[in-house]
Amino acid sequence: MTTPSIISLRNIVFGYGDEKVLDGLNTEIVQGDFVGLVGHNGSGKSTLLKIILGVLQPQKGMVKLFGVPIEKFTHWEKIGYIPQKAGLAVSHVPITVEEVVKMEKTEEREVDEALAAVDMLIFKKKLLRELSGGQQQRVFIARALVKNPQLLILDEPTVGVDIQTQEKFYALMQKLNHTFHLTLLLVSHDIHTISHQVHCVMQLDKKTIPYETNTCRITHSHSTHALSH
Amino acid sequence: MHLVTDLFQYSFMVRAFLAGVIVAIIAPLIGSFLVVRRISFIADALSHVALTGVAIGLLIGVNPLITTIFCTIITAYIIEEIRSSEHISAESILAMILPGGLALALILMSVANGFNANLFSYLFGSITTVTQQDVWIIVALGVGIVSVLLLFYRQFTYTSFDEESARASGIPVRLVNQVFMALIALTVSLAMKVVGALLIGALMIIPVITAMQIVKGFKVSIIFSVITALISVMGGLVFSYYANLPAGATIVIVSILIFIITSFVRKAGYR
Repeated sequence: MTTPSIISLRNIVFGYGDEKVLDGLNTEIVQGDFVGLVGHNGSGKSTLLKIILGVLQPQKGMVKLFGVPIEKFTHWEKIGYIPQKAGLAVSHVPITVEEVVKMEKTEEREVDEALAAVDMLIFKKKLLRELSGGQQQRVFIARALVKNPQLLILDEPTVGVDIQTQEKFYALMQKLNHTFHLTLLLVSHDIHTISHQVHCVMQLDKKTIPYETNTCRITHSHSTHALSH
Repeated sequence: MHLVTDLFQYSFMVRAFLAGVIVAIIAPLIGSFLVVRRISFIADALSHVALTGVAIGLLIGVNPLITTIFCTIITAYIIEEIRSSEHISAESILAMILPGGLALALILMSVANGFNANLFSYLFGSITTVTQQDVWIIVALGVGIVSVLLLFYRQFTYTSFDEESARASGIPVRLVNQVFMALIALTVSLAMKVVGALLIGALMIIPVITAMQIVKGFKVSIIFSVITALISVMGGLVFSYYANLPAGATIVIVSILIFIITSFVRKAGYR
């Protein structure tokens, strides 16, 4: 029995003006994968993320989510997304942890379960701005978890956090991957840290990486490269 | 107590209170989301465009409230389209719209010489001149605005706080933003008669920041901001009537006084 496909990208081409950021990208992420997407600034990480989330449409190629072409995909509840600057956007407003999670789903029991899964239930009534950066991140993960997603996408989750917080964060990711069987896609510019944590790394860098490799169930052309360990 | 009840002997004051109450409810409701989105300035920009709507209404002999609603909704839609599709910041767009609206209003005034005094009442508010037709429009649209906000509260909140995640969650962010812009336009149009174009922003924002500095929770802050706005409008109307002061300006000053008092209370609470 084959493992179900979660994200499938075929010959994705995307550019801004004349400059191609993604040039014939092929990727397959299957259920249970814990993938790190790395690359320097301008390598196309954000662009690829926007394509996966349906914000941008590729100029060429096919995107499938859970086996369904993205144009016809409607089950967005299967995808949890945590943007990089989620916490910063709300620092000026007195919003509570509970209210942040309820943006996604309002059922009390499920909100409590999601907060408990990230060990933040005791902070439910606290203001988000009273929490540390790492704790705030857990709240946003809870918000993504409350809808019971199968795929969790995190954009630069460890930027600006200390080593201890990073360790706690990756421990949580391992728990979500192993215990909750979540497929994880982590976007980062820090290949050294991330490569010790994930199952495989997909490196986006068309200038320095050779054409075509095939590891960790991820196939690549032109602009991607995979390192497995 | 008699001071207040005496006011209601006059039908124009009853109309003023009705319009004032509705505006006091919707202005901070919308204002709360403006503060979250950090686009408080938009209320001022649209209020200047509203003046163009007033000028058109007076020029063609239609109730200015109706032409104002049309003008502000179209402008709000244009602002949202530019913001979402072009690489121009909301701040820059608003800096263009604000003087543009005022300039167009001035040109229309100069073309049709003779209604400057009338337009003046829209600049600074003239709640006591609210007509019965105005009241019906304000009540109907006010109820509509509150209903839309209550029905789609989660979508508006999610989109205002975190547009990226909301989009990834399947919320039609573009549609939500367009509807929200229309609600701002309507609120500005309805509030203009009460506090005047130049003071609308104050009624939409001051009660909100007053609430946000003392309460815990976004929903509670919205409720508290509405209460603050109601006290400001009621207090402002009563005081302006007996002190023979302009109603709109008095309402704004009362709301600022409440802000100052709550600031002191909050600081005292920290000690």
